[in-house]
Amino acid sequence: MSTKIKDATIPTIPFKARLSRWFGRNLLRIYMIFGFTYLFIPVAYTFAFSFNDSGKSNLIWKGFTLNNWKNPCGAPEVCNALGNSIKIGLLATTFATILGTMIAFAIGRYQFKGRSSSNLLIFLPMATPEIVLGASLLSLFLVFKINPGFWPTVIAHVMFCISFVVVTVKARIASLDPRLEQAAMDLYANELETFRRVTLPLVAPGIAGAALLAFSLSFDDFIITNFNSGTLITFPKFVYVAAARGIPAQANVIGSSMFFLALAIVIAGQLVNRKKAR
Amino acid sequence: MSITLPKVRVPYLLLFPGFAFLFTFFILPIVNLAQTSTQTPIPGGDTGQYEQSFAFSNYINAFLDNRDQFARSFVYATLATIFALAIAYPLAYAIAFKSGKFKNILLVLVVAPFFTSFLLRTIAWKQILGEEGFLVPTLRSLHLMGQQTTITSTAVAVVAGMTYNFLPFMTLPLYASLERIDPRTIEASGDLYANGITTFRRVTVPLSLPGVVAGTLLTFIPAAGDYVNASILGSPNTKMIGNVIESRYFKIVDYPTAAALSFTLMAAILILVTLYIRKAGTEELV
Repeated sequence: MSTKIKDATIPTIPFKARLSRWFGRNLLRIYMIFGFTYLFIPVAYTFAFSFNDSGKSNLIWKGFTLNNWKNPCGAPEVCNALGNSIKIGLLATTFATILGTMIAFAIGRYQFKGRSSSNLLIFLPMATPEIVLGASLLSLFLVFKINPGFWPTVIAHVMFCISFVVVTVKARIASLDPRLEQAAMDLYANELETFRRVTLPLVAPGIAGAALLAFSLSFDDFIITNFNSGTLITFPKFVYVAAARGIPAQANVIGSSMFFLALAIVIAGQLVNRKKAR
Repeated sequence: MSITLPKVRVPYLLLFPGFAFLFTFFILPIVNLAQTSTQTPIPGGDTGQYEQSFAFSNYINAFLDNRDQFARSFVYATLATIFALAIAYPLAYAIAFKSGKFKNILLVLVVAPFFTSFLLRTIAWKQILGEEGFLVPTLRSLHLMGQQTTITSTAVAVVAGMTYNFLPFMTLPLYASLERIDPRTIEASGDLYANGITTFRRVTVPLSLPGVVAGTLLTFIPAAGDYVNASILGSPNTKMIGNVIESRYFKIVDYPTAAALSFTLMAAILILVTLYIRKAGTEELV
């Protein structure tokens, strides 16, 4: 019976109406294809040009080679800059994650006088343009006759990462089920044990996410770094300076590697979460 | 418990190290910047030597000399924010509601491009849109673009670059607020005979408003202070206030003007943000 009805109805819908209905149903899907293409164009370009046999200036396609991937330090200044960025990133992430997590617990877990002004102090650095953060910090260092360089850059990165850590960890704390901690207390765990064995493991994914965010913010920062690093070259700074005469293809190798590495970490994190959920 | 602390003190002890750090390296520099902004050069001193003379005229001069760059910063940042919202909203909506079991993968993919260095991406755009890229010659040969017109070194390129680079700051808060919407409220709207468009307009959009506010702020603020896009993708005619502050610091060593400009930028952004939050009416921001 149903087939008969179908047979009878389909031809009565004019082609135009069917087309517009198909579009209506698939509009978002088509949009997503365009959206993701747009998002990935520069990444694909960077990846493709990491195979360019270009010598010093990676502007025009000159032929395929694997040499850049085999020898990512072929342009030595790239690796030097990368090393600085990783060192700064790890140090800044460690300090910002510790300080930020403590603040997040204070704000997320306690009612106290000055809580809303604490929230404001956390929000302000995020609402201040990077150039103002960078320029004001440099002015301070100059007043105290501290030369810009490695440690001033680390300090600057800790400063702008703290707020992002607080926000990320706070969100995780807010989403915890308070009954889990109550259950631990009911089972005679004291406050410290409850924190160590229940609260902390539950908040840990939030802290890990915050650390990952802090590292990627630090690693990718250019504006604040440019103000406070003096003659020290970080990876973004190297790319910016080299941009005028064309960047070596090794920089593309490192950019692409960062992309795949971050993707792998995030996917691994998701898999771990899923396993735990089961 | 092995350590006994008066309970009231715990939050303050937790806050202390972080806030001491922020006070020293965020608040103090801003106060110092305010002091610098009213200094004038020491008569007969070297370049870079200034003394405090409470010259508030620094602000007026700095603003009047750079009106165009200020205007550009706010116009470009506003345009980039609007475009980013237009691109990100449907994307976040599709991921939150229409992607089923691919939700997490798609969410990762939306953020993934931004793990490639910000500068490498911007330079990639410069080369894709540039004279030697494939787009411009193709458009020219199809006569869709004049032989003399270019894309790079124009305001279009700068705004496009900013839109792209700040997109995740828009997408993530939007997704977070859309994902939190209880699907039953949307079903209820349908049960009450609202069609798809009405439901979207009267239920989905209002419920996603906190995400829109957070996303537009997180896009607008860095965009207004940005100078990287303008210097890589633009020309001297697209200079923004960030470019001016940067060159005042490093090339001209005119700290008071740079400080006055920084302060004006920050004040302008804070005022706009406050007005905007009042108007949008959301308390919960971060």
